[in-house]
Amino acid sequence: MKQYAYYPGCSLESLGKSYHISAMEVSGALGVELKEIEDWNCCGATAYFPVDELLAYTLTARNLAKAEKTGLDFVAPCSACYKNAYFTNSYLQKDADLAEHINYALEADNLHVYGTSKVRHLIEVFINDVGLEEIKNKVSNPLKGLRVAPYYGCQILRPRKDHEDVENPQYFEGLLSTIGAEPIEYASKTRCCGGSLIVTNRKAALDMVRILLQDAVNHNADVIATTCPMCNVNLEVYQVQVNREFGTHYSIPVMYFTQLMGLALGIVPGHLGIGKEQVSGASMLAFAQNTKQERNL
Amino acid sequence: MVDELSFSYEVGNLMYASHGEPITNCLQCGTCSGTCPAVEFMDHTPRQIIGMIRADLKEEVLASNTYWTCASCFHCTVRCPAEIDVADMMYALKRYSMWKGQFQDGLIGPDFSEAFVKMIVNSGRSFEPLLAATYLPKFSARDIIQEGLIATGLVLKGKMPLLPKKIKGLKKFQQMVRRIIPIGEPS
Repeated sequence: MKQYAYYPGCSLESLGKSYHISAMEVSGALGVELKEIEDWNCCGATAYFPVDELLAYTLTARNLAKAEKTGLDFVAPCSACYKNAYFTNSYLQKDADLAEHINYALEADNLHVYGTSKVRHLIEVFINDVGLEEIKNKVSNPLKGLRVAPYYGCQILRPRKDHEDVENPQYFEGLLSTIGAEPIEYASKTRCCGGSLIVTNRKAALDMVRILLQDAVNHNADVIATTCPMCNVNLEVYQVQVNREFGTHYSIPVMYFTQLMGLALGIVPGHLGIGKEQVSGASMLAFAQNTKQERNL
Repeated sequence: MVDELSFSYEVGNLMYASHGEPITNCLQCGTCSGTCPAVEFMDHTPRQIIGMIRADLKEEVLASNTYWTCASCFHCTVRCPAEIDVADMMYALKRYSMWKGQFQDGLIGPDFSEAFVKMIVNSGRSFEPLLAATYLPKFSARDIIQEGLIATGLVLKGKMPLLPKKIKGLKKFQQMVRRIIPIGEPS
């Protein structure tokens, strides 16, 4: 059993609940143990940086310090949490002055951070640590014929972490092929969903969401797969409002990549949080035929 | 030694941990503006803003909605041929405008960021309904109704928490925050 220090982030306790549930189910099925970091705090997403940069890094450093104590890799399912943790950690390693400031503050909470954790996104743990071959061996219900638009979004790729191809990444496609689905190639897979502009500039964000939905629809996608709760909320929850605003008729399901993996691994939709969407995922259920029907669906 | 710092220097100073190149390296090529997914909602393109900062047009820059329209997606940052962290520069401008209390009327971003930080300082965790109270007053009646419908849908699906969460070690957490920003005496 591979163990990780798991940082769910605030969204996974509310709007992104289905992501948390499905992440846990899939991890269990793949021999990955996500051990929640004790008494973690909000990472601030994009909202701390406009106020105070040092505060933004310190709040994230508190979670890193707690993870370091366990000696396990820090794993975040949310791309924004991942980005914040990744860069806080790498600045801690490179910038002794910043580390000193942060540790002065952390001392008040009896913590110390060294920047020794490895910070990972959940999708990367599945792809690199479990491995595509191992995942393939465990697929009992390949999602044959399901056209999936892999939506990377921004924070998982940018700013550049270390080695990834930020313009045309392929790892998400690789994972989708492994579970038997058909990843579509479309230009907007790394285009921003608007993030918190959905609150601070609704008009701009709805237009950004519309462009993504249209691109997925143009390529006959059956479903959009996401790696971040913020992307999921913008594309899924606000899809109805895009329709009202632009007179469009989008009704394309949006699922977390863990929900699609779960179906392929034979986990029942109800155990993956499927059925809690604002845009019905009913069309997905046809692809759940070989999952164990232990609940009434 | 100069008597007064240029705006460009001030902005540079606000990018504390950024490892990008200084904005004085900007070539004015416009890759950032061509890349930006929110550019059509900005008063000035990112390229223009950089030019304006370098021309020391501080008041004009602060009055622009551009930096508060940045979604922080960092697409400009990874494409800039001069390796300037343009998105981080937008964050720096947000901080500058919050610090000066100077920004375009009617923007929701400054209130939202302030409310978010206050919420975290008070509880350690984010709680959507409390945040909504800060931005809803600035919404149109139509948008408020739509937001209400969306929230209702989320509550019905069990995805909207009705009670805020607090971290257990809140007191020490707040002592930690107090070492960075003044948040008043412990209650």
